[in-house]
Amino acid sequence: MFWSLYANVLVQGVLTGLVYGLMALGLSVIFGVVRVVNFAHGEFAVVAMYAAFVLFRSFGIDPFLSMLPIALAFFVIGYGLQRTLINPFVSRPEHEQFILLVGLAIIMVNGTLMIFGPDARSANLSYSFDSWEIGAIIVDKVRVYAAIAALAVASLLFAFFRFTDTGVAIRACADNLVGAAVVGLDVKKLYALTFGLGLACVGAAGALMVTLTDATPMIAPAFTLLAFTIVIIGGMGSMTGAIVGGLLIGIAEAMASVLIAPSMKTMASFGLLVLVLALRPQGLLGRRA
Amino acid sequence: MNPFASLARLADEAPRRALVLLGVLVAVLLSAPVLLDRYLLSVFFLIFWFATVGQAWNIMMGFCGQLSLGHALYVGLGGYIGALLWVKFGISPAIAIVPAMLVAMAFGAVIGWLGFRFGIEGVYFALLTIAFAEVARIGFDNWSFVGGAAGFFIPVSATASPVNLRGGPMLFYYVGLAMMILAFFVCAALRRSKLGHAWLAVREDAEAARALGIDVFRAKMAAVVLSAAMTAVAGVVYAFYQNNLFPSQTFDIARSIEMILAPIIGGLGTLFGPILGAFILTPLGQTLIALVEKIAGRAIPGVNLVFYGAALMVIIWYAPNGVWPWLKKKLGIPEGRE
Repeated sequence: MFWSLYANVLVQGVLTGLVYGLMALGLSVIFGVVRVVNFAHGEFAVVAMYAAFVLFRSFGIDPFLSMLPIALAFFVIGYGLQRTLINPFVSRPEHEQFILLVGLAIIMVNGTLMIFGPDARSANLSYSFDSWEIGAIIVDKVRVYAAIAALAVASLLFAFFRFTDTGVAIRACADNLVGAAVVGLDVKKLYALTFGLGLACVGAAGALMVTLTDATPMIAPAFTLLAFTIVIIGGMGSMTGAIVGGLLIGIAEAMASVLIAPSMKTMASFGLLVLVLALRPQGLLGRRA
Repeated sequence: MNPFASLARLADEAPRRALVLLGVLVAVLLSAPVLLDRYLLSVFFLIFWFATVGQAWNIMMGFCGQLSLGHALYVGLGGYIGALLWVKFGISPAIAIVPAMLVAMAFGAVIGWLGFRFGIEGVYFALLTIAFAEVARIGFDNWSFVGGAAGFFIPVSATASPVNLRGGPMLFYYVGLAMMILAFFVCAALRRSKLGHAWLAVREDAEAARALGIDVFRAKMAAVVLSAAMTAVAGVVYAFYQNNLFPSQTFDIARSIEMILAPIIGGLGTLFGPILGAFILTPLGQTLIALVEKIAGRAIPGVNLVFYGAALMVIIWYAPNGVWPWLKKKLGIPEGRE
């Protein structure tokens, strides 16, 4: 039946889109609070993918389990990075921040290349090809697990910003930096926490990504672009926007690759990007800066 | 002001010491090939080439303050147009640089219009430039007329023909050198023109520039279009140097980033910065590749790039204005002059 093709593609797009959304959420949170665009974002995702890959191959730890320690490790790395490398650049011109992070990105992607080589690595989970059939719709199990995990991590982050004192303090920094400093918030520490949380998101997303696609160092810039595109479509600094943007891109990519040609995947997301930039530059859920 | 008058003034104002040094440098570069083997000739070509495209990129970022991360697009467009016209229609690259420039300018205009018309700035604009390079990569990957992902090749001819850019490393050495010097003078003239001053005003404070009656949109558009045209010329030469074009390499974001390293390390917005940066970075990168190959017994891809990344971070940390401003002080060239 014809509609079932669309339905299948739609479901697949939504599920993948949630993982994209989690990855972009990290970028969005960092930008929204620290006002620095993490241009090494996709590179962090790839390092997380390789971490999950190695943990699975060498120790048999399932990526759905290893995403927790990886996210934790990335939180620590992010906290440290912000404290040492990024913080001195917070008040520097945009292009200087950008160059610093591009330098970091180049080192990370080529370091991965030197260690693991250019070949694509696949995790090959035992249940990789299992699926459920719901009427005419076939859903891959891994995709469902990955989407649920992504949604869970994102919800945790939302809850953190909504209900904890630290979360509220971080939001205060984002809304009014001077005000936050005046009432005695430790801005430096909150920035470091935020950068850590952002990287934890991308760490978890990377671990999930390894269940969906092969890991190769060269995919890193594409991931950076993907996250960047999603965040701009959803609205820079908007958390809901990142998830919505992820879903939109996930669906657009899935539709384009099935209905037009697999190579048109990226074209679809860039088409969407150009459209959003032309019609609503602040993003779908963004506020005008 | 007409460009010749401004060049004459440039020569007038430069201190004698610097002019002598510059003359010696050019003379050395002109006669150097006598002493260089094929490998070193090609290293020098790469230096000249990166200095040229760095100069072109510097017009946008250094002069006008618009960050482009998709300059590989113009290199690729120029390269493909030059190669296609030569291979399929027998049109010399000396003529093909005109359509190459025009097409690159058209693309630059579209990107600029989309960006500046809708007030897309900074990183947003940078993303837009990357997006266009990516779209071009995918487009060329799937366009069978230009060979698709399997690449497009320029046949090597037995007879040298300098006008058609067919020849050995010696030819490309001199073509590269000429290109670098030309790009330098074009940028020097532009920088001192009325447009150049408008660019600097836009870079420093777009609102204030507007208040002074500068058409900010037009100034930015001029920067993109001129930068694209210059880059496309370099793209034609590069395609004939490499004799092959693969979309995945030609339009790669890594290529775009490699192109912006020299001006950043040399000194953003300066005339000597891109040249100095290329002379520092390219030989170091090439030496590193050769060294690692000797030590490890095989080439390890990515080594030079890790070094470039580290160099970028160190420079931006300690000397965000680049090496040239520092060297300028050492040479005794007064502030405000090149």
